[in-house]
Amino acid sequence: MLNKNIYLILIISLVFAISFWIGFNVNLLPAEASINAPIYDELFKILFIIGLIIFIGMTIAVIYSLFKFRKRNDQIGDGIALEGNLSLEIVWTIIPSIIVLLIGLYSYNIYDRMGGMKELNHNHEMMSSNTEKIWAGISQTSGNEIAKNNLSIEVSAMQFAFLFNYPKGNFISGELHVPVDQKVSMKMESKDVIHAFWVPEFRIKQDIIPGQPTILNFTPTKVGKYPIICAELCGPYHGGMRASIIVEEESDYNDWFNKNKKPEVNL
Amino acid sequence: MTISIDPQKTNNESLQPKGWLRYFSFSLDHKVIGIQYLVCGFLFYLIGGTLASAIRIELASPMSDFMPRDVYNQVLTLHGTIMIFLWIVPVVNGAFGNYLIPFYVGARDMAFPRLNAVAFWLIPPSGLMLVVSYFIEGAAQAGWTAYPPLSITTPQSGQIIWILSVLLLGGSSIFGGINFIATIIKLRRPGLKLMQLPMYCWAMLGTSLLVVLSTPVLAGTLILLSFDIIANTGFFNPVLGGNVVVYQHLFWFYSHPAVYIMVLPAFGLVSEILPIHARKPLFGYTTMVFSIMGIVVLGLVVWAHHMFTSGTPPWMRLFFTIATAFIAVPTGIKFFNWVATLWGGKISINSAMLFSCGFIINFVFGGITGVALAQVPFDIHVHDTYFVVAHFHYIVYGGTVFIIFSSIYHWFPKVTGKMLNEKLGILHFIITFIGFNLCFAPQHWLGLNGMPRRVAEYDPQFQFVNQISSLGALLMAISTIPFLINVFISARNGKDAGDNPWNALTPEWLTSSPPPVENWEGEAPLVEEPYGYGKEISEQK
Repeated sequence: MLNKNIYLILIISLVFAISFWIGFNVNLLPAEASINAPIYDELFKILFIIGLIIFIGMTIAVIYSLFKFRKRNDQIGDGIALEGNLSLEIVWTIIPSIIVLLIGLYSYNIYDRMGGMKELNHNHEMMSSNTEKIWAGISQTSGNEIAKNNLSIEVSAMQFAFLFNYPKGNFISGELHVPVDQKVSMKMESKDVIHAFWVPEFRIKQDIIPGQPTILNFTPTKVGKYPIICAELCGPYHGGMRASIIVEEESDYNDWFNKNKKPEVNL
Repeated sequence: MTISIDPQKTNNESLQPKGWLRYFSFSLDHKVIGIQYLVCGFLFYLIGGTLASAIRIELASPMSDFMPRDVYNQVLTLHGTIMIFLWIVPVVNGAFGNYLIPFYVGARDMAFPRLNAVAFWLIPPSGLMLVVSYFIEGAAQAGWTAYPPLSITTPQSGQIIWILSVLLLGGSSIFGGINFIATIIKLRRPGLKLMQLPMYCWAMLGTSLLVVLSTPVLAGTLILLSFDIIANTGFFNPVLGGNVVVYQHLFWFYSHPAVYIMVLPAFGLVSEILPIHARKPLFGYTTMVFSIMGIVVLGLVVWAHHMFTSGTPPWMRLFFTIATAFIAVPTGIKFFNWVATLWGGKISINSAMLFSCGFIINFVFGGITGVALAQVPFDIHVHDTYFVVAHFHYIVYGGTVFIIFSSIYHWFPKVTGKMLNEKLGILHFIITFIGFNLCFAPQHWLGLNGMPRRVAEYDPQFQFVNQISSLGALLMAISTIPFLINVFISARNGKDAGDNPWNALTPEWLTSSPPPVENWEGEAPLVEEPYGYGKEISEQK
């Protein structure tokens, strides 16, 4: 009996060891290029390890049962008439409940750190009216925090392109240029069907909905060029609906901005 | 010519055609209707599978080069709609439900045989309509979710035929659901208590409750959508002040429970198959019943997890995260109980058992990615990507379709009186299991790294992994060949099965194979312990 328990403990520790090793050494995610990305990857790692433990454990249990309890040729009759075990049932109800609850609380914490629970407010300067309803989005800035140097961009999506309007410079671009390490606040609206704004390296996505503005705030942390992908089926050329986001040093960004800026028209 | 009706026989029996012709008639026999559902569903599975192959051929290269882009969208819409509404839902509910439920409750037929036949005969015309719509002006191309405004702006005829077809299939599903509830509650043989019913009855009771509660919502939604398309109303059309997000709420109020409509019956079927081939009682009967009902209740309040990146406020995102993640608890209970059912058994390693164990492994994997997807911050990155495609194929193919095959190997002897060939069956399992995992496991990585779903073209860096996935799809297509050969050869020349080849205790095995029209020659047997394996031996000792 003691021997059996030792084997069981050995196998369980081995499953844990393998799961942790894979969880820490196998990277399934693209580069991290926004302040959201490391937070997301932390959650991913935890879920990945818990998932591996459960999956490897269950798979071993099934394959072991098939092997150990297979019917030998000379055997007749049935297995043991075991109809249930109340304490086991309670154990495997309560432990998963606790795990699920902890994961839920933890992911609430992650979502909060991503700014998901913050009040949805867009930069006041560009809001057409104070009563305008914002429907959804991820916000990394609370109402008070909206800083003057917060870059505001209006995104409009249509079949099959994104347009980025820089209100301060009074111009529209097909490429999204943003300075590194600066909060960007986007108000998005669609001209026709539902689209979605997704940058895999930033780990953020938000649908762009006709008739309902949505908000997406993010802070890029790594200079580079990343794809912007439409993730909601929007018609025949959905797969080709892509744009680029170019994260650059502030000086490069300012050069680009000043080159494209149109003088304000005084009426 | 006069037809003489023997007053001793029912109307039904004397006027029905005999032999194979009955399968093409408006038969009222629940066993005939069950087989009609199964064969009809399988034919649509072959069509849906052909469409899936076309998708995987297109995705073997990063360019859109195999078919025109709008045809690609039609193909993916038809693939999803056919697989859900014409293969999985009718087969796990209609086919096995009709065949088995009257046996399990000790009845001679379903509660409403005529309604039952109507429910089946709605399926072939609506399925045919859906397929034929492709040849009219092109099929629907807004995906099986038919989100407006895309579904309002794409060509109308295809979308309207799609709505009509889904409405008819939904109607068929509701008729079936009402029939199952009535049969299980009211037609039980005297002396048979609810807590003595085989687990599949409980699964079908839960499923039918979901069908009856949620399918009418889908029907209403699609009728409003059709008004928007043909009568220029503005329920969901933003140009006329409509709200597109309301459609998503209404749609998923049905379509998330639809997942349970597809998996709960499979949970029931595997609960019948495992105890028989492991020679052990089903572990934890009572908790299994409560976990089914727990899934039914929770299943109705989780729909918005499909809309985490849509127009949903933060509090709503959070509520649906917790509710969704908690479905893992009753589902987990079922899986632990199945493994405990295997533990200490005398397990026959045959095709039915292998497909059931494949189901457990695949579904646990899909369940784990499901709990991850329930977390808002996790979902925000992978929503509408190949990660989600991989997840739900692990649930509906790796889960439910594996159980459909397991059930066919298990009940084929009852239906035909012949055994299926085990060698071909095990070959079928091996190719399916490898092909399935090769096809869908790599898609998790694709989604995490930036490949959205429903695209005909993609970033060339994903080509290699997509080709692995397509190779898996090819294996899955090949795997149907040994299965079909097996079915056709065994039905004619298979080994005689006898009445009860598995030595089972559930009531369908306590009659001849194939069973007589009224299920038992004499009175229906009273089976108080459908899972009483191992009892006699311990009593003898």
